[in-house]
Amino acid sequence: MHVSVTVNGRVVGGDVDARTLLVHFLRENLNLTGTHVGCESSYCGACTVLVDGVSTKSCTMLAVQAEGASITTIEGLAQNGALHPVQEGFWERHGLQCGFCTPGMIMSAVGLLEQNNNPTEDEIRHGIEGNLCRCTGYHNIVRAIEYAAAKMRGETPAPAEWEVSV
Amino acid sequence: MSTTSVLGGVIKRREDPALIQGKGIYVDDVKEVGMLHMAFTRSPYAHARIKSVDTSMASTMPGVVAIYTIDDVRFLGPLPAQVPIGKLRPLLADGVVKHVGEAVVLVVAESPAQAEDAAESVQVDYEPMKAIVDLKEAASNKVKVHDDLESNILHSWTYHGYWDALGLESQKPKIEAAKQREDAIVISQEMVNQRLIPVAIEPRSVMAIWNGGYERFNVQSSSQIPHALSGAIAKTFGLAANAVHVVAPEVGGGFGCKLNVYNDEILACFAAKELGRPVKWTEGRREAANSTIQGRGWVATATLTGTKDGEILGYEIDGLADMGAYTQNFTVAIPLLGLWVASGQYTFPTHFQIDCVVTNTMTTDAYRGAGRPEAIYYLERIIDMYAHQIGMDPLEVRKKNYWKADQFPAQMGCGFSLDSGDYGASAEALAEKADYAGLRAMQEKARAEGRHIGIGVSSYVEVCGFGPAVLAEIGFSWANYGLPASFNGSGLVRVNPDGTATVLIGTGPSGQGHQTTWAQIVSGGLGIPIDNIKVFHGDTAESPMGVGTFGSRSISVDGAATHNATAKIRDKAAKIVAHLLEASEEDIVFADGQAHVSGSPEKSASWAEIAKAAYQAHIAPPGMESGLEAHGCFSPGNATWPFGTHLAVVEVDPDTGNVTLLKYVGADDCGNVVNPMIVDGQVHGGIAQGVGQALFEDSIYDKEGNCLTTSLVDYIIPTAGDLPLFDLTRTVTPSPVNPLGVKGIGEAGTIASAQTIVNAVVDALTPLGVKHIDMPLRPRRVWEAIQDAARHRDSHSMAKS
Repeated sequence: MHVSVTVNGRVVGGDVDARTLLVHFLRENLNLTGTHVGCESSYCGACTVLVDGVSTKSCTMLAVQAEGASITTIEGLAQNGALHPVQEGFWERHGLQCGFCTPGMIMSAVGLLEQNNNPTEDEIRHGIEGNLCRCTGYHNIVRAIEYAAAKMRGETPAPAEWEVSV
Repeated sequence: MSTTSVLGGVIKRREDPALIQGKGIYVDDVKEVGMLHMAFTRSPYAHARIKSVDTSMASTMPGVVAIYTIDDVRFLGPLPAQVPIGKLRPLLADGVVKHVGEAVVLVVAESPAQAEDAAESVQVDYEPMKAIVDLKEAASNKVKVHDDLESNILHSWTYHGYWDALGLESQKPKIEAAKQREDAIVISQEMVNQRLIPVAIEPRSVMAIWNGGYERFNVQSSSQIPHALSGAIAKTFGLAANAVHVVAPEVGGGFGCKLNVYNDEILACFAAKELGRPVKWTEGRREAANSTIQGRGWVATATLTGTKDGEILGYEIDGLADMGAYTQNFTVAIPLLGLWVASGQYTFPTHFQIDCVVTNTMTTDAYRGAGRPEAIYYLERIIDMYAHQIGMDPLEVRKKNYWKADQFPAQMGCGFSLDSGDYGASAEALAEKADYAGLRAMQEKARAEGRHIGIGVSSYVEVCGFGPAVLAEIGFSWANYGLPASFNGSGLVRVNPDGTATVLIGTGPSGQGHQTTWAQIVSGGLGIPIDNIKVFHGDTAESPMGVGTFGSRSISVDGAATHNATAKIRDKAAKIVAHLLEASEEDIVFADGQAHVSGSPEKSASWAEIAKAAYQAHIAPPGMESGLEAHGCFSPGNATWPFGTHLAVVEVDPDTGNVTLLKYVGADDCGNVVNPMIVDGQVHGGIAQGVGQALFEDSIYDKEGNCLTTSLVDYIIPTAGDLPLFDLTRTVTPSPVNPLGVKGIGEAGTIASAQTIVNAVVDALTPLGVKHIDMPLRPRRVWEAIQDAARHRDSHSMAKS
């Protein structure tokens, strides 16, 4: 079956089996390997992308279901060489270690901040509950998203913990 | 000579720009022309004889290129093991299957889906046999797991007897004598430290290429031990060490589960060589429970003898550890790591006996902490039960029994000595950070209001930085992987002709930030600006011999080796600068990215100028060998022994048994710190995994040997909503074992946390009469413990009335 979608601003197409998942279409047909596969139960969230602006686990969707949709993957987040505030936050606040869950976690956070640009710690935690990280204990991911939220509101982010404590 | 140091500063990670933009390359992202894919037919039985294997239907299916059974690969032998006690794993099941999910048949096809479809079409006729899953049943030896082994108990690790050469004496008589004292209180509790599934978010993946022209393997694998994998492949295929090139690219989490050479890695090489095409395999998540090692799995009884005043007179642990069916890398050695920390931060006599038992389950091996979380769990749980029994504050009981700061290096009964420490200061730091007194006051108030708030503390000591050369004498040996026997560290530092530096290390990180930390070590040693330093790891053709990243060893062993390499370069550079500036070698100072003559900053040479001279004989000092690079190697004289005390505050809802983690505080000491941001991140992640064990995680097997928790729906790891922010503080007690004074921090948080949580929950429920609950403390289990305690209380009061 033929599928035609807009990915990171470019119209692309490809022939896929009806059973091909969106994540496999992105990884195998389009070579966008930044979107990862971490489980078979749509639990880990490593495959999260934006579909028409909404964060979506791309393993829960068939490629053909995305026909005509606009998809943003981690590769398309930075604009003209400038990191998205969420990417910047993850770097500034050590929001990643092994990096495997990171693309999905970042896309999920982008989706969250699109809906609520001033989330509480609790709202951040529940907002990213669908994304599993085994390295960070989520502490610095929360800090990274707080950083990004401040930036997106045009405010100066709170200093890092290591800048204020001994 | 002196240098400006960037050691100890926060440097943002060099790894991150690639990873936050989806540009990190993990093994499954790699594609090769003509690439084939593997899939396995796995056993549905935990113990069965294979009567026949019929591949005729599978072999005609679309895309199938080859199908292999043990008959095709038996000549390659079983997988190697570091401590090869027990039954080594055959590459494919050999006549009998010993656990559910054991690989029986290998299918190679053009696509992953075709390989999986064909693997499912292979017909295997099994004759089921009795499966032994329960540890005590296995230890009773009524039915054997392996006919050709004498016993289901592979080995017993005892405190005094694990290494005859030490000539240690059993401390049991001292403990027994203490029990006879009139004022002795003896507390005993059997506890389960349940099996866990490591769950690195990146499933394991391997890609093998056989380069027939050069007779060489090129392999990419998500491995913590690229050199050991390279050695194992060479040894298996009878090749020279330099005929195998292994790269561990980005590795998406390890936690010990990628610290093994697996049959799929060897079989990918085999198929690639047989078929002359690249072969890839990526593990499925549900497959992983049966194809990747699990961890923990102890059932043991802890017994503590002490006085009513909090003086502990002796500690004993006696129990069983689940090895699973086959011995892999460190399988049988894991309890020994627990033995070394069995006495924790304390001076009292200790007895330890853990029997290693085979069962018809997936192999266990190193999972974050590996033996140490188990040992510390039993010790710190029984100390808490004792504190409750004598009505003394649990932190005070601990402080009363610590080694004192002036007793270091402290010689333990197990023969090793604790390198450095100040346990009292660490506990004080914790109490201050947490406002311990304030928390206890808050708890009292909450209790008066009918709330069930609990405060748990525990102290830990870790043994890491593997390791000292004596490990080879105890029986550990990388020689089984075609490597030198010892656990050396190494680092190669090259100052390039333009004055930048390239650093090559033999580690295999999976998120620990080595590219950043090692740049700091080299910048600290040479004064070359950190932006001019690049670090490469995980590539056996590029980097010097290393044994990988595990056991919180990289910084204290390979880091120390790299530090030593910088000293060699500095010595040579000082000679060059002295020659260029016509000064005395002793007067050369390295600072701010250059060298100058002490007291005359205007007389200086940049690293580019130094390097230029080093590479050009006509500028260099006469007779000096050209080039500016050095290899450092380090073999530590002792392990390193990080330590700390952690605290948790929980609230339990007695109506549902639900536990809410309100606050978590940690005080850790890992010696000198190279990058505090990275160190804290390691502690955060470690704590989360310990909390996971305490509250959620459980690898559950049914009586037939089926793992019931193979998906992430059934095996629950913590989400962001389950955890609070962590309050961390640290003390710094440098280690005398290595020149950086560092200890290692990768596993500390995990070793510290599980019992801290359980202690808090039991503390919350003490007014209800609850004394112990086995992990994981899921609502139902907590609720049942509350009901049991109530029934016990009722029957007690009825008996009295």
